Amino acid sequence: MSSHTGKFGEYGGQYVPEALMPAIEELEDAYERYVLDNEDGFMDDFRERLADFGGRPTPLQKAHRLSERYDRDVYLKREDLLHGGAHKLNNALGQVLLAKYMGKDRIIAETGAGQHGTATAMACAHLGMPCEVYMGRRDINRQRPNVFRMRLNGAEVTPVTVGRGTLKEAISETMRDWATNVEDTHYVIGSVVGPHPFPAMVRDFQRVISEEAREQMIEKAGRLPDSVLTCAGGGSNTMGLFAEFVPDEEVDLYAVEAGGSSLEVDEAEGVAPNSATLSTGTEGVLHGSRTRVLQDRDGQIMESHSVSSGLDYAGVGPELANLVDRGRVTAVNVADDPALEGFHRLSQLEGIIPALESAHAVAYVEENHADLGEVILLNISGRGDKDLETVLEETHDRDVENAPEMETFAGTGGF
Amino acid sequence: MSRISAAFADGPAFVPYLAAGDPDYESSLSYVEALERGGADVIELGLPFSEPIAEGSTIQGAIVRALEAGMTPTRYFEFVEDLDVDVPLVCMTYYNLIYQFGEGGGPEDFVRRAAAAGIDGFVVPDLPAEEAEPLREACDEHGCELVFIVAPTTKGERLERIMSQVSGYVYVQARLGTTGARTDLSGRAEESLERVAEWDVPKAVGFGISTGDHAQRVIEAGADGVIVGSALVDIVAQGVERGDPAVTVASRLEGKARELKEGALRGAAANERPHPERT
Repeated sequence: MSSHTGKFGEYGGQYVPEALMPAIEELEDAYERYVLDNEDGFMDDFRERLADFGGRPTPLQKAHRLSERYDRDVYLKREDLLHGGAHKLNNALGQVLLAKYMGKDRIIAETGAGQHGTATAMACAHLGMPCEVYMGRRDINRQRPNVFRMRLNGAEVTPVTVGRGTLKEAISETMRDWATNVEDTHYVIGSVVGPHPFPAMVRDFQRVISEEAREQMIEKAGRLPDSVLTCAGGGSNTMGLFAEFVPDEEVDLYAVEAGGSSLEVDEAEGVAPNSATLSTGTEGVLHGSRTRVLQDRDGQIMESHSVSSGLDYAGVGPELANLVDRGRVTAVNVADDPALEGFHRLSQLEGIIPALESAHAVAYVEENHADLGEVILLNISGRGDKDLETVLEETHDRDVENAPEMETFAGTGGF
Repeated sequence: MSRISAAFADGPAFVPYLAAGDPDYESSLSYVEALERGGADVIELGLPFSEPIAEGSTIQGAIVRALEAGMTPTRYFEFVEDLDVDVPLVCMTYYNLIYQFGEGGGPEDFVRRAAAAGIDGFVVPDLPAEEAEPLREACDEHGCELVFIVAPTTKGERLERIMSQVSGYVYVQARLGTTGARTDLSGRAEESLERVAEWDVPKAVGFGISTGDHAQRVIEAGADGVIVGSALVDIVAQGVERGDPAVTVASRLEGKARELKEGALRGAAANERPHPERT
């Protein structure tokens, strides 16, 4: 599956401007030597830092109240407990360290929810690298605490105002910076997307999630889970969680996408009010690889939408798209409203405030637990502190059933 | 000899770029026609794509205006058919639009339709030589040229791979980064020109050229043509901002085109003198 050609069936490849190709070739070479062959002990160094700086391994926890509610065993992989509060550090630390081994002296990154940006900023501070993060204007407004965190770690945060100002535009802008400064700069892409070797390399940095989870399942439950679920935007936590389970054919894998407000698209406006790329997208070329994308009939890329900005992307990793085509991974989706309910449910029943992204997977279990077998593994890809403002607003606007009364705390500004 | 080769055959070629449909269909037709009156030898006509990762802010702006005014691949081909110009036309766009057109799943439908409309060649900034085989085949079948970009970072084996695929002309990128007008020229154009000196296609230099003097220096450095985009798109953008009538903007474009073409001609004249004055 993990090929050196960067193709996953028809998907993958390297669709980038010529100016970037030499850097991509250099990165391919570095990926093979340092990541795959552990040259100079790179992977040992990486794993030691993941443990000491990142706090790995993260726990696998049995969710007792959810288990009781669904009358089956639900286990949570707690990536929200990784340093920074999300799985994103696995990849950011790996890539910044790799850039250091490659002799690069500047880091750039894009960010949507701000989780990848904060993880990259932390990794850069830890490793002493200058860092610039591109972030859509709209996302900056939605995720202010993460903007402050990046600044606190010494990163520059550059707003992107083109288009709707979300992740898609931020990625395009970061690619432009890279095309200009390619000789001394490494682009830390935030998901399993982009030209080869990024999809394979980011998966390999995130693979630690399933290496741990698979072993922890056997230790705690004495068996493999019947189903493994997590949210999917670009797909980095998804591929990280699935990687080691793909050969276990008896284990069902579910990628839970953001259904947004509707799966219908508005072709005239170029808007898909969801981010369900695996469920509704079609084959196309976006940001360096051939994969499934949300596009109109002409091939123009749609503006996606989700209440969780970390899932709000019109593309998806080529390997994940291929696993769905082959039937190994089942793509499902959860709309904004049930995702918000999932957010409140996990907060109330387990004392864990999940990221809105992760709340999509929590919500899927609520509706479909009967089809998920006796033992369920659910990835909590990140914690929800970054989403508190969004949840306050959205909960009020939508009248979410299981939300607590919060008017009193809403502040004098009101909603 | 193809129409594009013929355009480079006698003297330096001036190759301007505009995005089709910027800021609207009718004005844009008159702008492209003004470029020919100003001396264009080949015209690169952009088909706007929603994620133009190789463009700087000027051409991004043009693409946004054209998309908002309703430009689509189908409209683009009608635009090409409505154009009253005799010079060869090169379609500049991104691969997803080529890939999706018609039945989808490959570039052939797009190339067939483009060739029928009167397009002579393609330049696709997000399609490196490694992924270009299907488009190359479709171009061969329909008698179109496939132009490739050589960047300042392109060296060694990559050069040979591109050389084996390129036709029409090679687009020599004068500096790293995205498209955009500059007040000074990068010395990296000369380095890049040296690397392709032996190639049997004409060499056209682009990225950052905005004045007649730039054009002259690029030709003196050994280029066979100059490609200018952002400096022309700036004129369109300025017209939009000020609310100038299309006829005024068209005449400014014609004037700018003439300045650039004359610069290129001065460069060629300097090259013909036995002892160039320039050191």
